[in-house]
Amino acid sequence: MKEYQTISEISGPLVFAEVDEPIGYDEIVEIETPEGETKRGQVLESSEGVVAIQVFEGTTGIDKNASVRFLGETMKMPVTEDLLGRVLDGSGQPIDGGPDIVPDERHDIVGAAINPYSREYPEEFIQTGVSAVDGMNTLVRGQKLPIFSGSGLPHNDLALQVARQATVPEEADDEDGGSEFAVIFGAMGITAEEANEFMDDFERTGALERSVVFMNLADDPAVERTVTPRMALTTAEYLAFEKDYHVLVILTDMTNYCEALREIGAAREEVPGRRGYPGYMYTDLAQLYERAGRIKGREGSVTQIPILTMPGDDDTHPIPDLTGYITEGQIMMDRDLNSQGVQPPVNVLPSLSRLMDDGIGEGLTREDHADVSDQMYAAYAEGEDLRDLVNIVGREALSDLDNKYLDFADRFEDEFVDQGYDTNRTIEETLEIGWDLLSMLPKDELNRVDEELIEAHYREEETEEVAAD
Amino acid sequence: MSQTQESVREDGIIASVSGPVVTARDLDARMNDVVYVGDEGLMGEVIEIEGDITTIQVYEETSGVGPGEPVENTGDPLTVDLGPGLLDTIYDGVQRPLDVLETKMGSPYLDRGVDAPGIELEKEWEFDPTVEVGDVVEPGDVVGVVEETVTIDLKVMVPPDFEGGEVDSVESGSFTVTEPVVTLDNGEEITMRQEWPVREARPSATKKTPRKPLVSGQRILDGLFPIAKGGTAAIPGPFGSGKTVTQHSLAKFADADIIVYVGCGERGNEMTEVIDDFPELEDPSTGNPLMARTSLIANTSNMPVAARESCVYTGITIAEFYRDMGYDVALMADSTSRWAEAMREISSRLEEMPGEEGYPAYLSARLSEFYERAGAFENINGTEGSISAIGAVSPPGGDFSEPVTQNTLRIVKTFWALDADLAERRHFPAINWNESYSLYKEQLDPWFQENVDDDWPVERQWAVDVLDEEGELQEIVQLVGKDALPEDQQLTLEVASYLKEAYLQQNAFNPNDMYCPPEKTFAMLTTIHHFNDEAFKALEAGVPVEEIISIDAAPRLNRIAVQDDWKEFIAELEADIQEQLRELY
Ligand SMILES: Nc1ncnc2c1ncn2[C@@H]1O[C@H](COP(=O)(O)OP(=O)(O)OP(=O)(O)O)[C@@H](O)[C@H]1O
Ligand SMILES: [Mg+2]
Repeated sequence: MKEYQTISEISGPLVFAEVDEPIGYDEIVEIETPEGETKRGQVLESSEGVVAIQVFEGTTGIDKNASVRFLGETMKMPVTEDLLGRVLDGSGQPIDGGPDIVPDERHDIVGAAINPYSREYPEEFIQTGVSAVDGMNTLVRGQKLPIFSGSGLPHNDLALQVARQATVPEEADDEDGGSEFAVIFGAMGITAEEANEFMDDFERTGALERSVVFMNLADDPAVERTVTPRMALTTAEYLAFEKDYHVLVILTDMTNYCEALREIGAAREEVPGRRGYPGYMYTDLAQLYERAGRIKGREGSVTQIPILTMPGDDDTHPIPDLTGYITEGQIMMDRDLNSQGVQPPVNVLPSLSRLMDDGIGEGLTREDHADVSDQMYAAYAEGEDLRDLVNIVGREALSDLDNKYLDFADRFEDEFVDQGYDTNRTIEETLEIGWDLLSMLPKDELNRVDEELIEAHYREEETEEVAAD
Repeated sequence: MSQTQESVREDGIIASVSGPVVTARDLDARMNDVVYVGDEGLMGEVIEIEGDITTIQVYEETSGVGPGEPVENTGDPLTVDLGPGLLDTIYDGVQRPLDVLETKMGSPYLDRGVDAPGIELEKEWEFDPTVEVGDVVEPGDVVGVVEETVTIDLKVMVPPDFEGGEVDSVESGSFTVTEPVVTLDNGEEITMRQEWPVREARPSATKKTPRKPLVSGQRILDGLFPIAKGGTAAIPGPFGSGKTVTQHSLAKFADADIIVYVGCGERGNEMTEVIDDFPELEDPSTGNPLMARTSLIANTSNMPVAARESCVYTGITIAEFYRDMGYDVALMADSTSRWAEAMREISSRLEEMPGEEGYPAYLSARLSEFYERAGAFENINGTEGSISAIGAVSPPGGDFSEPVTQNTLRIVKTFWALDADLAERRHFPAINWNESYSLYKEQLDPWFQENVDDDWPVERQWAVDVLDEEGELQEIVQLVGKDALPEDQQLTLEVASYLKEAYLQQNAFNPNDMYCPPEKTFAMLTTIHHFNDEAFKALEAGVPVEEIISIDAAPRLNRIAVQDDWKEFIAELEADIQEQLRELY
C-alpha cells in the first residue's frame, strides 16, 4: 500500500491529494496527521492524478505534510451476532470497553438495493401498545415509519415506548420470545443527555442485550454522521436477513444527518438544491430508508423508525418533505398537544401509515379496525374544524350535533391519544376506547362504518360522562 | 437491454469517477451510445462529448471503479427489445427483467455488471402468419400473430426502419424471437423481436383528436375530470395525498388494452404490491388476470439514478410498440418529479448551467417530448392506437408553483390536483374539485351521452354548480356558523355534503367501491340530484330544513357505493326519499 504526502488542498471536511495510481471511487482512505493521529475518509471523486477525500473525523490537525493511504476497498462493517449488547461509536468502533469484535463477515456499508421482485410485501401487524399508532397509524413489520417532531418535543419517549412494547401478538407466546425485536439504535449528533436517556432505558429494561448501539454525539465529527446510519443498517440487514431476527432500527436525529450532507455539499462547492441542501438528498435518503423491508424466503425483517426534528416545526422543510416522500407514512408530534399535556402528543390527522390497509382487519387485528379508524379520523377532523368556528361564534351558536363533534375531539385527545408512556394497550383495548368515543355520535353519522359493525359495537346507552381513566 | 453489438468502435479508458458520472479518454463514441464501463462492465450511456473527453452516465453503482479502467463502446444507442414477453414482466429502468436478475445474481440484492436481454431469447412462441408468399408488405404491416398472454395477441410487424417488399418465405409454428419468421425479397428478415432506441419516438402516420374516454372506474375522474384515450394527465400532490393509490387504481381498472406502469424513483414495496396483486386481480373488461395486460418498470428510489432517468423512455417505447399494433395503451409514471430530479442530478455533476431551482434548462423540453409521445394515432400500418400518459408529480412541500409541476401543466390537458387538507381528513381520492380540470370534457360528452345517458353533461354541470355554491357558502359559515344561513342555503350545504361524501369519495380498498362503472357513477349522481329536488320541493312547501335533512333515508345515500346490488338499493332509496319527504307536507 502506497503512502502519499501529496495533499494539495484542504477545504472544510474535504482533502485533495495528488496520486500516481488509479484510486477507486468510494474507497476508504487513512490520513495520518503529523501528530500521529489517524483519521478515516472516503474518496468522493477520483480523477487521474488527483482525488477528493471526505474526512469523517474532520480535517482539524491535517496539514500538507499528513500522509495519505488508500486501503483499496470501500467501507465495510464487521458483522456478527455478537454485536448484540454492544455499544459502538459512530463509525463502528466499540466504546463500551468490551472485547474486540470478531466479525463473521464484513459487509459493504453502502448496501445494494433490494430487488423489488425479491421483496415480500409487509403486512404483519406490530402492536406497539400506543393507541394513536396501533389504532390510527398501524405499524407493520418491515415498514419505515418516521417520527416527525420538533425540538424539545418528547419524540424519544415515544420511540422508547415503542421499542419496549412492540410485539407481534400472534407470536407473543412463542417459547423463545420470538416476537421480541432486536433493536439497532443509530444516534447522529444527539446530545450526551439524550444519549443517556436512551442508554438508561435500555439498561433498565434489559433491552441492551438485544440491542446494538451506534453513538455519534453532538460533539463528534459531523461528517461521521454520514456513515453511522449505514453502519447501523448494514448490521440490521445482516441480523434480519442472515440471522432471522426481527429488527427495529431507530435512527435519530435524521436532521443532523442531513445537515452533515449539506456541509459536505457546500465544501464541494456543489450547486445547492432547496434551502442549501444537496440536490441528491432525496436519492441519498432513499438509500437509507429503502433498506427497510422483508425479503421473500427470509425469516427476519427490518422495521425502521427514523426520528427527525423539523426545523421551525415546518413539515414542508426539505428534510421532513423528502423523508415523507420516501417513507411509508409518518407519525406527527404536535407542539400544542404537548403543551396540553397529551402523552404522546401525536396529531393523528397529518400522521399516516401507508401499510396499514393490508396489515389490519379480520384475522390480523379485528374486522372493525379499518372502519373505526376511518370514522375517528373524519370525526376528529370535523371537531378540529369546529374549534376554529367556536372561537368566533361561541358554542351556543352551534347545533347539538356540532357540539357532539367538539366533545368528541376533546375526548379523543384526552382518552384515546393521551395514555402516558407506560401504558401498554392491546389492540382490543384501543378499539374499544374507539367505540366508546364513536358512540357519542348519533348512529347516522357513522357513515364510514359498516352497518353490521355498528350493530355489534355501538354503545346504545352511552352516558354523557364515562369515567376518564 | 439489447444484446447485439454491431459496429464496435474505439474503446477508451476512465479518466474520472464521481458517483454515476464517469469521464473517459480516447473513446470514439457518438452521443447516447451505450458503453460498458470499468473491469466489471457496468452499463452506461454517453451524455456529453467534449474534445477528447467523453462523459458517461452509468446505470449501476460505481463504488470502487477508478481511473485507468477500460470503457468499451457498443456503438449502439440505448434500445429496448420489443416482442412477446413484455407483458407480465417487471423490468428495471434499462429493461433488465428483475426476475432474471434475481436468478442470475443468486441474491435478493441488485448486484452490478449483470446484463440480461429484455425478452427471453430462447423461449419459443407459436407464430401464426397473416401473410402469404407473394404479398407485398410495408414498414409497420402485420405479418403474423402470437398469443402473448391470455388477453393479448401480439402482432408481429415489419419494423418501421425496414424497407418492406414482397414476401419471399413465411414460417408457421414454434420459433424463438431471433429466428426469422418472414423473409422479404430484398433479403430483409422479420423476427418476432424488434429493437428500438428509447429516446426516439416510433413513427406514426397522423395524430388525431381523441374522442373516446379512458374510462377509469373512478367517479370523480370519469364524472368530473375525464381523460381521453390518447390524452395526457398530471396528478400533482404532496406526499401521502394519494398519487400512487390513484395510479394503481387506474392501472387496475382503466379500460385500456395495455397498461405500462413505470415506478420511477419511488418505493420498492409499492412495486411489490403490484407484483403481488395484479396476477390475482381480474381485468374488469376481460376477467383475465390483470398482469396479462401489464408491463411493469421499476426503478425504485434507491436504484441507480441514471437508470431512473431512462425508465420513462423505456416505458413509453414499450407503449408505442403496442400502439403500433392498434391497441389502446395507458402509461402511468410515478413519479415524473423523480425523473426530473435524476436529470438535475446528472446535470449538476456535469456542471451545466442550472435553470430554475437547479433543474437543467432542457427540463421543459424533455417533459414535452415525453408527453408528445402520447396521443390518439393513426399508425403507419393504417390501424388506430392510442397512448394515454398519466404522470404523478411530487412537488417539494406540496407547492405547485415549482418548475416540474408548472412545466407539466403547460403540456397536459387533464389536471387532477391532490390536496393535503382533503387527505388529512381522509377524503379520498383527495382530488380538489375546485382546482382540477379536464380540457377533454366537451369532446368526450358525446361518448358518455351515447354509452351512458343523454343527461351526462347536464348532471355533471349540476354537480359542479352545487359544489361551487358550497365553496362560497363555506366562507360565510366560517364566519357566522351554519345556523345563521337562510334555510335554502343550509339545504344546499346538505346536498353538497352528500356530493362530497357519497359521490366524490371512493375507497380504493373497498371491493364494491374500488371500481365504479360509468352507469353507477351516473346513477349515484342522479340519486343525489333526486334528493335535492325532492328536498327543495319540501322546503318550498314550508317544511323546516331541520326536518328535511333528518329523514331516515338520506344517510343511505352514503352507502350506495359499497352495495353488492346498487341498482336495487338505489331504486328503493329513491322511493323512500320521495315518500319520507312528501309525508312532511
Ligand atoms: N382512494 C383512496 N381510498 C382509500 N385510501 C386512500 C385513497 N387514496 C389514498 N389513500 C390513502 O392515502 C395514503 C397515501 O396515498 P399514496 O401512497 O397514494 O400517496 P402519494 O401521493 O403517492 O404519496 P408519495 O408522494 O409519498 O408517494 C394511502 O396509503 C391510503 O391510505
Ligand atoms: Mg406515491
